[in-house]
Amino acid sequence: MTTGSRDADFVVFDHVQKSYDGQVLVVKDLNLTIARGEFLTMLGPSGSGKTTCLMMLAGFETATHGEIRLGGRNINQVPPHKRGIGMVFQNYALFPHMTVGENLSFPLEVRGLSRSDRAERVRRALDMVQMAGFETRRPAQLSGGQQQRIALARALVFDPELVLMDEPLGALDKQLREHMQFEIKALHERLGITVVYVTHDQSEALTMSDRIAVFNDGRIQQLATPSELYERPQNSFVASFIGENNALGGTIASLDGDKATVRLSNGEIIDATAVNIREVGQPTTVSIRPERVEFKPGMMAEGAHTIDAEVADVIYMGDILRARLKVAGQEDFVMKFRNTLGQTKLSAGEHIRVGWHPQDARALDPV
Amino acid sequence: MASSLDPHAVIVTEAGSVSEGPLTTADGQPLQKALARSSRAARRRAFWLVAPLLAFIVITFVIPIGQLLYRSVHNDGFSANMPEISAWFAVTEPGTAPDEAAFTALAADLLAASEARSIGTVGTRINYDVPGTRSLFTSTGRQVRRGIEPPYQAALLEIDAEWGDAEIWAAMRGASTPYTDGFYLASVDRTRDIDGNVTMVAEHRQVYVMLFLRTLWLSGLITALTFLLGFPVAHLLATLPMRKSNLLMILVLLPFWTSLLVRTSSWMVLLQQQGVVNDLLVWLGVIDDGGRLAMMYNQAGTIIAMTHILLPFMILPLYSVMRTINPAYVRAARSLGATSWTAFRRVYFPQTLPGLGAGALLVFILAVGYYITPALVGGSSGQLISNMIAEHMTGTLNWSMAAALAAILLAGVLILYWVYDRLVGIDNLKLG
Repeated sequence: MTTGSRDADFVVFDHVQKSYDGQVLVVKDLNLTIARGEFLTMLGPSGSGKTTCLMMLAGFETATHGEIRLGGRNINQVPPHKRGIGMVFQNYALFPHMTVGENLSFPLEVRGLSRSDRAERVRRALDMVQMAGFETRRPAQLSGGQQQRIALARALVFDPELVLMDEPLGALDKQLREHMQFEIKALHERLGITVVYVTHDQSEALTMSDRIAVFNDGRIQQLATPSELYERPQNSFVASFIGENNALGGTIASLDGDKATVRLSNGEIIDATAVNIREVGQPTTVSIRPERVEFKPGMMAEGAHTIDAEVADVIYMGDILRARLKVAGQEDFVMKFRNTLGQTKLSAGEHIRVGWHPQDARALDPV
Repeated sequence: MASSLDPHAVIVTEAGSVSEGPLTTADGQPLQKALARSSRAARRRAFWLVAPLLAFIVITFVIPIGQLLYRSVHNDGFSANMPEISAWFAVTEPGTAPDEAAFTALAADLLAASEARSIGTVGTRINYDVPGTRSLFTSTGRQVRRGIEPPYQAALLEIDAEWGDAEIWAAMRGASTPYTDGFYLASVDRTRDIDGNVTMVAEHRQVYVMLFLRTLWLSGLITALTFLLGFPVAHLLATLPMRKSNLLMILVLLPFWTSLLVRTSSWMVLLQQQGVVNDLLVWLGVIDDGGRLAMMYNQAGTIIAMTHILLPFMILPLYSVMRTINPAYVRAARSLGATSWTAFRRVYFPQTLPGLGAGALLVFILAVGYYITPALVGGSSGQLISNMIAEHMTGTLNWSMAAALAAILLAGVLILYWVYDRLVGIDNLKLG
């Protein structure tokens, strides 16, 4: 058997395209391979095609072109109820006319399990999400977090190998959301299931995923681990979509391997790492994370270029301080620095010089 | 330990212990009374706002229904104009054969009523129970006025031998009190015989029970048909994209906005023997010219036309409920392994029940009381109880009978409503 290769390409999108009206492609040539046991997140703004991809995988939409394979089998023509995929919906979609117990035993009933088997499985699933004893409640009698757990239990009760989650935490408040993120992640690890998770919340994606596929305009912009995605974004969209980001426009002044200097619009030169740059003189956008910007000379790399900055204001945020600077004619350049004992106090109107390690400034395609 | 040192904790427990006993305002008045006084002005203002509606409902709804119920048990057409014979009935047992005293009283009453020109009213009242007796009273009255001699029994029997008929005496006994259950008995094809026992009326006069049953059966059938036809349409309305569903909605509502009479007449054009449908079937060769279908002036006509006319009442509540059903429910059911039929049966359909219940109740109640359509296209086999009520209102002018039939219909609808409430719960009703 070829189980080895099956495990690596458990779910495969092979040149998948999708159009609803025959004029606009919502998904443009999607190629994606998901390994068994992986937690993969599809992240992107609304209308980027991520939910369409999920619906094609679940079987509610058909691919206009290309092939979707599950465990090596082409499932393009397999109806949803024969795919054996668990799914958690955006608003949980718990059946309002059934009790929690009936909701959970529904997938077991349609699979023809005996009454005692069903009761046993339902009990185990409820234990798993710490909701034992709620069998006779109706979904409307539960809080949002409890409904979320039941929806999760229902998607897992028939032991699917693949579970899809469509923005499952969108309706919860922040604290509950963070708690559920942790629980879903723990369940994923304990059960060894494969999870495809759709969200537009980048912090959710970063904390939970093994890999993240960033969607925009019907294409995957970058597919990488959370740290890779945050620290080494491949293009301006990914850089701006994930985390806070400073973008400085300019042209390439010199290029040596992946080391580059960029001439900003006001003539100043800064250091950067060339990412998708081909030649000198090419326009570019330099992306720098606010927490990687330095203003104390001792903290900067040897020989790094520094540029003038004027402090517009400083916001006290507790653990960090957030300064808005005017840099190279740009008003909203952000710098974050830790609120430590003896930290230098900046005040509005102050002139400082800022710099960064060349590795932290990435020269990307122009926006 | 820490909490007992907290000064706030002490205050909170003290305030808690004070709240025992009836609450008072700051100056010691009972809180209940103060609350009632403070909200009295607002309540009075609110009452004046609804007063016009209240008056309207009382005048147009409560009083007429009260009148109707009163009429169904009260008719003094006989007892008020025939006091002496009524008195004789009052003191004798039911089943007593009329003696000379009875005929004496009868003759005196006939004379008095004839002179007061109220003999027609008397005759009409007895005519309700024994058809064809109105002229017996009026002609006998005329003869009595010309003068008759005692013994009155012989004299009256000589004028008309019908005065010896026990059925007439039973009818007169029934009418001798202003309050009577006779109209309700008649509404269920029953009457009182000479001995005062409840019996069935003669077979050829038994119509009401059959009509009530037919009304219930046809209404049930029409409700079922509107459900079968309306459910898919409502589903389509709820799931089509907005532009198309709006167009479809207009198609559903267009007949709704058309006059009932126009709609019914167009069914007449379509369904009659030389009508469009029959012509089409003959032209297609489905039936030959001699075997044209009778779809009018019978039950088929009533069923077809009423199903069409009542269809929107089923579609609209269903649609309003279906529109709120998130498509994610069916998707969830499918992803959990249900076939599309199972997903429909177990997940979608149960959620449409509030709309279905509302639609069915609405259609059934409307159908039970429907009048114009069966009157126009029903013929004789398609007549409903409402047509009989109308007949009594406008034809025989037996308003008490019409009232009794209508009251039974009203009671039936209320019972139906009660049963629905017990089975489904009126809270689950969703009209829109």
